[in-house]
Amino acid sequence: MSRLRRFFRTPEAKAGATILAVLIVMALAAPMVFPGDPQAIAGPALLPPFQDWSLPLGTDRLGRDVLAELFHGARTSLAVGLAAAAAALFIGSVVGTLAGFASGLIDDVLMRITDAFQTVPSFLLALAFVSIVGPSLGVVVAAIALGAWTGPARVARAEVLSIRERDYVAGARVIGMHPLEIAFREVLPNALPPVLALSSVIVAAAILTEAALSFLGLGDPNRVTWGGMIAEGRTVLRTAPFLSVVPGIALVLTVLGVYLAGEGVVESTAVRRSLS
Amino acid sequence: MTVLAVSNLAKRYHRGGKPFAAVDDVSFKINPAETLALAGPSGSGKSTIARLVLRLIEPDAGRIDFEGADFLAVSGAALRARRARLQMVFQDPLAAFNPRATVARVLDDPLRIHGLASRAERPRHIAALLERVGLDPALAARAIHEISGGQRQRVAIARAIATRPSLVVLDEAVSALDVSVRGQILELLLDLQRQERIAYLFISHDLGVIRAVAHRVVILDAGRIAESGDARAVIANPQSAIGKALVAATPRLTRDRP
Amino acid sequence: MTALLSIRDLSVRYRRDGVEALKGLSLDVKTGERLAVIGESGSGKSTLALAVAGLLARGVKIEGTVEWKISRSRTPHSFAPPSVLPDISPSRGEIELSHPPSPILNAAEGEPAAELLISPLEGEMSGRTEGGAVERQLSHPRDTIPLLGRDIGFVFQDPSSSLDPVMPVGKQIAEVVRTHLKLSWRDSYTKAKTLLERVRIPDPDSVLHTYPHQLSGGQKQRVAIAAAIAAGPKLLIADEATSALDTIVQAEIVSLIRQLVAEDGMTLLFISHDIALAATLADRIAVLRHGELIELGETRQIVEAPRRAYTRALLDAHLGLDAEPLLDRQGASP
Repeated sequence: MSRLRRFFRTPEAKAGATILAVLIVMALAAPMVFPGDPQAIAGPALLPPFQDWSLPLGTDRLGRDVLAELFHGARTSLAVGLAAAAAALFIGSVVGTLAGFASGLIDDVLMRITDAFQTVPSFLLALAFVSIVGPSLGVVVAAIALGAWTGPARVARAEVLSIRERDYVAGARVIGMHPLEIAFREVLPNALPPVLALSSVIVAAAILTEAALSFLGLGDPNRVTWGGMIAEGRTVLRTAPFLSVVPGIALVLTVLGVYLAGEGVVESTAVRRSLS
Repeated sequence: MTVLAVSNLAKRYHRGGKPFAAVDDVSFKINPAETLALAGPSGSGKSTIARLVLRLIEPDAGRIDFEGADFLAVSGAALRARRARLQMVFQDPLAAFNPRATVARVLDDPLRIHGLASRAERPRHIAALLERVGLDPALAARAIHEISGGQRQRVAIARAIATRPSLVVLDEAVSALDVSVRGQILELLLDLQRQERIAYLFISHDLGVIRAVAHRVVILDAGRIAESGDARAVIANPQSAIGKALVAATPRLTRDRP
Repeated sequence: MTALLSIRDLSVRYRRDGVEALKGLSLDVKTGERLAVIGESGSGKSTLALAVAGLLARGVKIEGTVEWKISRSRTPHSFAPPSVLPDISPSRGEIELSHPPSPILNAAEGEPAAELLISPLEGEMSGRTEGGAVERQLSHPRDTIPLLGRDIGFVFQDPSSSLDPVMPVGKQIAEVVRTHLKLSWRDSYTKAKTLLERVRIPDPDSVLHTYPHQLSGGQKQRVAIAAAIAAGPKLLIADEATSALDTIVQAEIVSLIRQLVAEDGMTLLFISHDIALAATLADRIAVLRHGELIELGETRQIVEAPRRAYTRALLDAHLGLDAEPLLDRQGASP
C-alpha cells in the first residue's frame, strides 16, 4: 500500500502508469468496442479523421476503420512486447544462473554463446529468424526474445557470482543439497530483482522491434499491427499523413509509458532500499 | 575410534600474485563426543580448515578421514549423502539462511534431502527438532528474519542436528551473540553433545569461551599449529609465542579482589 | 570536574519500527574522563553514540537536550565546509530550547566558554549544501558549535565501510587536517604522516599512498583512528571499534586508544558490548538496557559491587580465563 504510494509519488511514474492503463484498457476492450474483423472494409477509402463520427479517425487506403485498427493493434503490440520480454528474462536468468553458479567450462561456453548473440544486432537477428521460419505471432515473439536475452543473462550471472559466495549457499551445500537445486531454489530467486529492473527497457525495445518487423512486412499477416499500419500509410504519406502519424504517436506513447512506469518501479524500490 | 582425523593438510592461496599458505601441514584428531577448539588470530587458517574439513573447498595436500573412511575420495551424490554426518553452524545466523526462508523450510530441507522422513511425517519431525533446541514449535511458520538472533542460532543448531551428525563444525558460532544468549547456546551445545555424543570442531578467537567448553585446543599461527593439548592446561600455561599473546590479550575481570 | 556534555531526557525513536531506542536518558560526560557505555544488542548504546555525534538520520524522532561546554579558545576560527559535515545546528529537530544560549565563565579552565544547547540530532553526513547550512546558522558564533571531525572524533566498528575505498589513506587523513586546521596540502600530508606514526603504523611513508583494501583489519582501524583524532577533537567516540578484530589486535587498539586519549587530553566515550573489555579501559561505566540507563558508576564499583541484578548477570555471563568451565558444571567428559 505504502509501496504503491511511493510509486505514484513522481510525476513520471504517474504519467507512465496512466498511459499503460489506457493502453491495457484499449487492448482488453478492443473485441467489445470493435467486434468483428478490424481488417474488414467499414466505409469509403481515405476518409480523413473527424469527418464522420462513426469513423472518428477516418479510414485507410482500403476503407478500414483506423480507430478499430489502433485498438486491435494495441493488443498485438502489448502481447508481443510482454511475451518477448518474459521469454528473454526467463532464458537470460536461466543461462546467467547456470553460468555464474557452475563457473569453469560451463560458464565459458555459455558466456561465449552470449557474446555471439550480443555481437549480432538484435534486429538483424530477428529479421533473419522471421524470414527463415516465416511470420506468425509465435515466431515474432521468439525472434525478438532471441536478441534480448543476453542483457538479463549478464546481469543474472554477475548477481549469482556474488550470491554464491554467501554463507547460506555454503550452508545448502553442507546439508547435501543438489547443485541444481541450490542454483534455482536458493540462488536464482535472490538474484532476480536487478534482472527484473531491466524488464521495462526490454518490453519497450520488444514493442519497437515488433513494429519494425511489421513495417517491413514480416509481422503476422493475420493481425493488425501498428508497424503494419505505418507501412500501409507510407504509400499515401503526402495525401493522407494521418494514416502513418496516428499509429506512430500510439507507438511513441506506449514505449514512453512502459519506460516511465518501469523507472517508477525502480525508483520506488531504490527508495525503499535506502530507507532500510 | 576417531570421528575425524586430519593429516598434513595444506591449502595455498595467491594474494597479489604471491602464493601464501593459508593452511600448512596441519594434523589433528577428534574423538566422539569431544570438543576440539581451533584458536588463533585472524588469518591463522581457522576458517580455512573448517571449510576444508567440510569439503567446501579442496585441499592442495593432506588427508581427511571421517568416520574411518577417506573423506576426500568421495564425490558427487556419495559426498552429498555423506554430508548428513558432518554438519556446520555459521557465525552469523542471519547470513547462514536464505533470506526468503521460513523456519519450517530451513528444517525441512535436510530431512527431505536425506530421506529421513516422508512428506507427511516431516512437520512432526520439525516440531520435535525445535523442541529439542528449546524453541516453541509454533515458530516453524515464522520467517527467518522475523525471529531474534539467539532463536536463529538455535534454528541453525536444529538444522545441523537434524541429520544426526557425528561431527558439527562450529565456526565462531557464538561470537555474534549477546553474552546472556551466548551462555544459553553453549549450554545447549554441551547438552546435545552429552546426549547424542556429537563431536565439535569449535572455532573461536575467544580463549574464554574455548576454556569454558572445549576439551582440547589447537592454537594456530599463520596456517601452522603452534601448540596443542588439554584446553585448560594450554591456556593456563601457554608455551608458544602466539599462545602467550592470545592469553595476554584476553580481557579479564578482576572481581572481588583488591 | 566539569561536564563536557550533559545529556538530559534524551529519547530517540526510529520511525521504521516505532520502538524507542532511547527512553529519557540523562548522563553527564566529564571533561577528560574515559566513559564506557555497555549493553547488549538493542540497548541503545550505538544510538546514544550517534546522537551525541549528530549522526542520526533524518526522520528519526528525538526529544531532550545535549548540552556542550566547549571552550572557545580551543578552536579559533576553524570551520568546516558544510558539504562534508553533519548539520548540528539547533534550529532543526524536535528539540526544546529551555533557555537561549549564553556565554558563561568556565570555572575549571578560567577562560570564557560558551554553553549552548544544540540539537546534536537530525544531522546528516552528506548532501548538505553551503547555502542550506548558512540558512540554518544561528546567532551564536560558529566556532562554538561542536562539529564532527573537528570537536568530535568518531571511530566506527567496521573500518572497511568508514574509509573511502578509492582514496589513498594518506589523502583521507590529510583531508580532515586540511578541512579543520586550514593547513596547506603539503603541511596536511606532513601532519598525516605524523598521525600514522602516532597510531603506530609501520612504514608510514608508504602507507600514505596505499588504499584501504591493501591494509589488514587492524591497520585499517588504526588509520580510522588517525583520521578521527586528526583535528585534535575534545571528544573521541569509539563505537564497538574493536568488535570486528581478533583478540590480539583488539588489545593493541585498546592500548592505543588509551595512550592517545591520555596524550591529547581527550574525553573518551567507549561503546562496547563487552563489560570486561570496557573495564580494562574506562574510569566509569554506564550500563544500558532497552534504551534506559540501568547503572552508572566507577569501573571498580560496577565490577566489584554492582547494584543492579542485570549488571551482575552481565558480569556472571563473562567467560574469563578464571571462570569455572561450563564443561565442569555439567560434569560431562568423553
